[in-house]
Amino acid sequence: MSSAFHERVVENLAKAQVRGNFRRAMDGLMQHRLDQFPDTAELEHLRDEAFAIRAQALSQLPDLLEQLEQRCTDNGIQVHWAETTEEGNQIVLDIMQRHAATSMIKGKSMVSEEMGMNQFLEAHGVECLESDLGEFIIQLAGERPSHIVAPAIHKSRQEVARLFNEKFPDIPYTENIEELTQAARKILRERFYAAPVGISGVNFAVAETGTLCLVENEGNGRMCTSVPPVHIAVTGIEKVVAQLSDIPPLLSILTRSATGQPITTYFNMITAPRRAGEKDGPREVHLVLLDNGRSRIYSDPELLATLRCIRCGACINHCPVYVRIGGHSYGTVYPGPIGSILEPQRSGLDKLGELPQASTLCGACGEVCPVRIPLPRLINRLRYEAVRKDAGTVKGAGSQRKPAEAVLWRGWSWAASHGGLYRLAGQVATRLRRLLPSRLGPWTQVRHAPKIASKTLHERLKELGVDDK
Amino acid sequence: MNKRVYFFGTCLLDVIYPDAGVSAVQLLQREGRTVVYPQTQTCCGQPAWNSGYREEALRVARAQIGLFPEPIPIVVPSGSCAGMMKTHYPELFSGQPDEAQALAIADRVFELTEFLVDQLQVVLRDLGEPITVAVHTSCSARREMGVADRIETLLGQLHNVTRVEQAHKTECCGFGGTFAIKQPEISAAMVADKTAALRETGADRFITQDAGCLMNIGGALDYQAAALTGQHIAEFLWQRTEPEA
Repeated sequence: MSSAFHERVVENLAKAQVRGNFRRAMDGLMQHRLDQFPDTAELEHLRDEAFAIRAQALSQLPDLLEQLEQRCTDNGIQVHWAETTEEGNQIVLDIMQRHAATSMIKGKSMVSEEMGMNQFLEAHGVECLESDLGEFIIQLAGERPSHIVAPAIHKSRQEVARLFNEKFPDIPYTENIEELTQAARKILRERFYAAPVGISGVNFAVAETGTLCLVENEGNGRMCTSVPPVHIAVTGIEKVVAQLSDIPPLLSILTRSATGQPITTYFNMITAPRRAGEKDGPREVHLVLLDNGRSRIYSDPELLATLRCIRCGACINHCPVYVRIGGHSYGTVYPGPIGSILEPQRSGLDKLGELPQASTLCGACGEVCPVRIPLPRLINRLRYEAVRKDAGTVKGAGSQRKPAEAVLWRGWSWAASHGGLYRLAGQVATRLRRLLPSRLGPWTQVRHAPKIASKTLHERLKELGVDDK
Repeated sequence: MNKRVYFFGTCLLDVIYPDAGVSAVQLLQREGRTVVYPQTQTCCGQPAWNSGYREEALRVARAQIGLFPEPIPIVVPSGSCAGMMKTHYPELFSGQPDEAQALAIADRVFELTEFLVDQLQVVLRDLGEPITVAVHTSCSARREMGVADRIETLLGQLHNVTRVEQAHKTECCGFGGTFAIKQPEISAAMVADKTAALRETGADRFITQDAGCLMNIGGALDYQAAALTGQHIAEFLWQRTEPEA
């Protein structure tokens, strides 16, 4: 086994300091979330409610999207549909070129990461600037987000200090987080005034009112969506909810699950561009609705649950695999348990069929998911899709089926479905136990091989006269 | 006449930890249950189910469900095998001709510590020397079966047993069945952290209700030549409460 994923895993497992950064950060996030839900009954009730809202929205997704488009258009927001990331990027570029814009400033948006928007726009001569502090840091470092909520979580304070010192030699060296934040704010503040286009993501799009909701802590999201004359919001088609009254429970469980905050510092509701007589706000607001494989996921009644996700990152924070290998090992935009189900469905099991294997199925993710996505079950389902014999609905189904492995499972299945024979085989194994190898491939690199007993449980219980039926 | 229960021993206990299986049966018998152990039982099918080989899992599971015809409890000394039968058989058999039979089986499955506490309300008398233990609850006992506190309840009855808690107690040990083979480096990192946390407590022994975790953590401790050893809850309970043991 020497896939790119495997190589990244081995490389990242060896980085003791980065692993320490992840451990501390995830421990903190888990504790903060826990502190927000002292009342288990309230948590479970809220999860039920959030689940119901998201499931209901998905059940009427096509209608809600039509309604959203209508309401947004009525409000003066221009709606664009993109089936692929290429289409999405082209739409954004076209808008920018119409305004002769050669730069943009962006708030945190995982969909823009999914689109590879910065790379695309930069290739077309557009200067892109990330204004979320975490995104700003990793843009400076030339990296990709390692977490969907906290993109620079893998970096220590000292690393950020050295990075700032290298990129902004005029600013005195500091490891003080507050000073680093102030330095970044100062740099960004000037850029907000000059940027012709601001780009943002969307946390929830309300069909009833045509409202785009944006959850953030730093105020950069508000700046991106209110200062530049043109605002372009990009989002996945699954983010729509039916009505405004759906927002409070979703917002509450989102922020509490994500960062353990009762509410974020900023919550923006964008309903229209600047109206006649208003003194501020963008003159144009665009909404780009991206499919990028979501319709395909939507067509499977079980896997559809993937689209309920509200991107809180709780499954990632609680994943014992993620905390050790880190976000970059996955090689995808969305890491962790949600990434391991979403990304292979989008890109195909032939390309990312290993990701559903990057789980012990311990269930920690499913236990905390605010919208009750049965993550372990979907991981299991994708393992099945990866090795199934017939064509399934998932892209790349069957691609991970290896003949040798399939033969092994068939042999095991045959033996374990013939009780008498199996019992005999067990007895033989116990008698030959001293001949069995003490080295069992990777198992015995860190463990001793299990010791086979001298007699099987079948034999022992028979000797003790335990009834057979 | 004694009440009857079925015992599903699991494939790992069968060849690696039969002492734990015998202890579990003896615990049940001491509480006045007649234990029935169908001799043609093999494995619940979980290894194949978790590897995506559903047809192969179904075939093995199908060979088990016919072995428990009486409407009496089926006691399983493992959270993950119990979880397989209780929560995944309904999925595995969904739409199959024998679905009703599988659902009936799932309804009667109890994890051992769950059965001892909830159904038998056992009262234990500790006869052992003072000992300090750390409990590692399997993820399936905790999250799939929701019975993580039963092992604590049982140990709490033993007055000479002191329980200590390891850091990140609820975190997976990294076994995950075939995960340990398919992702050996990640599994190794997880079990390294788990063993370090357990050793840090200074416990004399760690106790668990799943043979998979026992094999993983115990095998790693053994490899590290640590003084700390592991034991299945059934064997530990039996040894401490039975004068003859």
